[in-house]
Amino acid sequence: MFMSNPFAELSAQLSVAVMQGYIVLMVLLVVGGTILDMMHKKSAKYFFLNAEKAKKSAKREVGAGEKIGLTAKVLLVEVLTSGEFKNVKRRLSHLLTMWGFVIFVAASAIMIFGYPTLDTPTPDILPLLWHLGAGMLCLGGYWFWFFIRVDVSAEGLSWWRFERADLFILSLLATATFALLWSFTQHNGMAGWSTLSLLLFVGSSVMLFGGVYWSKFAHMFFKPAAALQKRVTRADGSREGLPREYDLTDPEVQKLFPDIPEYMGKNPPYMGHGIKREPAKHY
Amino acid sequence: MPTFVYMTRCDGCGQCVDICPSDIMHIDKTLRRAYNIEPSMCWECYSCVKACPHHAIDVRGYADFAPLGHSVRVHRDEEKGTIAWRIKFRNGKKDMELLAPITTKPWGTCIPKLSEVAAPSKQMRDSQLLFNEPKYIRLDDGDLHTLQSNGLKMKEGVYY
Repeated sequence: MFMSNPFAELSAQLSVAVMQGYIVLMVLLVVGGTILDMMHKKSAKYFFLNAEKAKKSAKREVGAGEKIGLTAKVLLVEVLTSGEFKNVKRRLSHLLTMWGFVIFVAASAIMIFGYPTLDTPTPDILPLLWHLGAGMLCLGGYWFWFFIRVDVSAEGLSWWRFERADLFILSLLATATFALLWSFTQHNGMAGWSTLSLLLFVGSSVMLFGGVYWSKFAHMFFKPAAALQKRVTRADGSREGLPREYDLTDPEVQKLFPDIPEYMGKNPPYMGHGIKREPAKHY
Repeated sequence: MPTFVYMTRCDGCGQCVDICPSDIMHIDKTLRRAYNIEPSMCWECYSCVKACPHHAIDVRGYADFAPLGHSVRVHRDEEKGTIAWRIKFRNGKKDMELLAPITTKPWGTCIPKLSEVAAPSKQMRDSQLLFNEPKYIRLDDGDLHTLQSNGLKMKEGVYY
């Protein structure tokens, strides 16, 4: 099952052009949905207004070279390793879900466009990656859905209660789950179940890619932009009105704030975690 | 001066829900982001503002005495054991920062073991001093500082 390309098997019943057209349609739905979402929420307008406001209170100019460096940092920390999450469990779950999704989608596109029929043998690595991606998505996604989701972990609501805001995670989970079920039933020759799983897989992926306007799908485009803006405000000194990060051992800082050396000494120790020692579950 | 949440910064971690003494910080059921459900019941204690790991919560001054345009923002760094404030006036000219310690020893290492402390004597019970005073109020270099011991006299009336 893990080594067979389910799309190549499907090509016996469904033409390759339909499969490839479906992928193109999904890409168009994502692009259109993101543009509509941006126009409706005015997020881009807010983003640029905010950037202008930050620029006005900037203490220094951030050069182009520095901006490239900041972009690289955003890519490495916030995008590739989900560094913005302060909660380790959420970060791990997000990494599994995100990388699972990327691997799953990329492997699907490569298999459908590169190796769509049984006549073009698929390298073993591709179906393996496709199954691995779907598995990672399920692992991270179900962990999030049942245990980490703020409704369950903070508001004490039951896991089966869902809202429109869950459209993204639910359609993502449904897509990955039905994809795996489809592959399993197809590999084991369960024709009826396989058709049903395929229909559910297609339906849930339409919901995922077609529901961008109503779901939080577009966060994967907005979040990196917001993270970059945040880093720029740190670099130009405006810092969104926040105070600086002080080095407590710096004599200048100690001179400016004499309470620090008086109460904490000239070389204050690492204080460890206070309220962060326990998870936020004290309601 | 109730709190409000910058939705683009909030990641719905629940720290503010956990710490709010009025239980008015909740997670919005549709947007999955924190919000103040009852601003009129907010004490402006700043607990949520300090606890938020993303600085996503701010306090808005009432327009009659804190006209829009000012900014009071805070960064609580518990690993360094400090709290830093930045206060900007609405004219943009006054922009000041404050830094103060919030602990002098690593968190959780110096919790007093009250059960091991001897019971107070009658003299201590009858005294006006509270537990561990004057030690805890740093007046233990000699004795309590009073007007008399410092050679001062109380003046009558209101004065500055």
